[in-house]
Amino acid sequence: MSKILIIAEHDGQSLNISTAKCVTCAQAIGGNIDIAVFGSGIETIAAEAASLESVARVIAVDAEHLSAPIAANWANEVLAIADGYSHLLGPSTTLGKDLMPRIAALAGVNQVSDIMAVNAPTSFKRPIYAGNAIIDVEVPAGATVVATVRIASWQAAATTGGGSVEVRSASSNAVKHTRYVGLKSGGGERPDLQSAQRVVSGGRGVGSEENFKVIYSLADKLGAGVGASRAAVDAGYVPNEMQVGQTGKIISPDLYMAFGISGAIQHVTGIKDAGTIVAINKDSESPIFEIADIGLVGDLFKIIPELEKLLD
Amino acid sequence: MKILVGIKRVVDYNVRVRVLADGSGVDTDGVKMSVNPFDEIALEEALRIRDAGNAEEVIVVSAGGDECQQQLRTGLAMGADRAIQIQTSEGLQPLSTARAFLKVIEREDPGLVLLGKQAIDDDNCQTGQMLAALWERPQATSASKLELNGNSATVVREVDAGLETIEIDLPAVVTVDLRLNEPRFVKLPDIMKAKRKPMDVVSLEELGVAIEGNLEIGHYAPPPQREQGIMVEDAAQLVEELKNRGLL
Repeated sequence: MSKILIIAEHDGQSLNISTAKCVTCAQAIGGNIDIAVFGSGIETIAAEAASLESVARVIAVDAEHLSAPIAANWANEVLAIADGYSHLLGPSTTLGKDLMPRIAALAGVNQVSDIMAVNAPTSFKRPIYAGNAIIDVEVPAGATVVATVRIASWQAAATTGGGSVEVRSASSNAVKHTRYVGLKSGGGERPDLQSAQRVVSGGRGVGSEENFKVIYSLADKLGAGVGASRAAVDAGYVPNEMQVGQTGKIISPDLYMAFGISGAIQHVTGIKDAGTIVAINKDSESPIFEIADIGLVGDLFKIIPELEKLLD
Repeated sequence: MKILVGIKRVVDYNVRVRVLADGSGVDTDGVKMSVNPFDEIALEEALRIRDAGNAEEVIVVSAGGDECQQQLRTGLAMGADRAIQIQTSEGLQPLSTARAFLKVIEREDPGLVLLGKQAIDDDNCQTGQMLAALWERPQATSASKLELNGNSATVVREVDAGLETIEIDLPAVVTVDLRLNEPRFVKLPDIMKAKRKPMDVVSLEELGVAIEGNLEIGHYAPPPQREQGIMVEDAAQLVEELKNRGLL
């Protein structure tokens, strides 16, 4: 039977939804599911993790130097408790992408990136070429499965579980070669892109940072998160954490509305899991219309105010 | 200080990749191949550091068959001083690549290793982190700003929550993100000049690296297609359509 350890993601206050999605992936693998939480003052987060459906045990490693997610520090702690686990899973977010390969290398195994489906406990489906091909990947017999979970492919596990929490102290001291300085967040109070049910997105066609106000305004009316294409981020209209696509965030809202986005394959790969894709662009030839469920050719600066009026 | 830059030969980012009908792979026949775009950014950064007087030599390294010499030549034309091909007829998975790079590091003793944050073919996003782990050195992934201060570096990383800043001691592995810089275009005279720059070829066996523990790659499938959508005429129709689908 598989014995699965999930590395929890959190911001020091609460558990990131990516952890609950990893739990669902672990349920598909089947077996015993534990969660490791690293940080400082993490009782609440550990309790949250323990409440996830089918989680047996949470191992909370509490130490000051684990409060920032320095991959070298966290990897040392994972390795210290990894014995006996057949699977080590983390989310395919910037945290998991930074951390899990370091763990895989120390464990001497190749990593499975971006699990989108489970064929068998050691066989998975994952996207390559910006999602233009889906491959089956099999981990060799006897090797520990170290993997990241493509969170847009999985629903969050319910919070009806009741696992135990075991608090431990750190097994290693802080590495001296890496020091955390700080985090600057440009985002406001809007819903998180990776868990929002609705996302309104803008591209180069929005034209400026100032013009992006119309996107924010519509998003607020809809209670939506705000995303952007790489072009809009590169042009400085919005901060990097809003980028959706192959190298940005892969998202799966029920409703995705793209304004002034042409639809390069690198962007489209980030929204393929959306329930309904709406595209508004003044160029009827834009590739975004090829994947849109509902398309509207027109000027976003005319259409958005009309939409807002209709939504009142 | 030497800077080592990893370069991967990949299907050009403008190519729309198609899965072969028999599911054995993707169609690369006659397809344009390029340097992985993130690796170009890594090289550009290395060249800027050298040209600012903070490094003496930039070495580009690629693992693959002889065809990857094309991409190494592109790296030399961009301005790298010399190239190393790690020769192997097998496509390497990230762990083997990291092990091979570590051997090159032991030979060259670089102060900084720059790589793209991911390759746009397999989208694995692993090699840099694995290399840092095996080298027992710091890693800074997804860098959008890199500042050298003597024996350490300050790196701004693009993370899901915004921009994270960390300080790392050198030597270290830094993987780069899109907004670190804009790579230069290669000019014709530079391509000519690149032909005379040194290219060392060393086999995986000579480096003492055996390929082990590969993941088995099975069937390739095209992604599920979305159903053909509809077009609406105006905002009112759009709102009505969204209401009909229970989305508003």
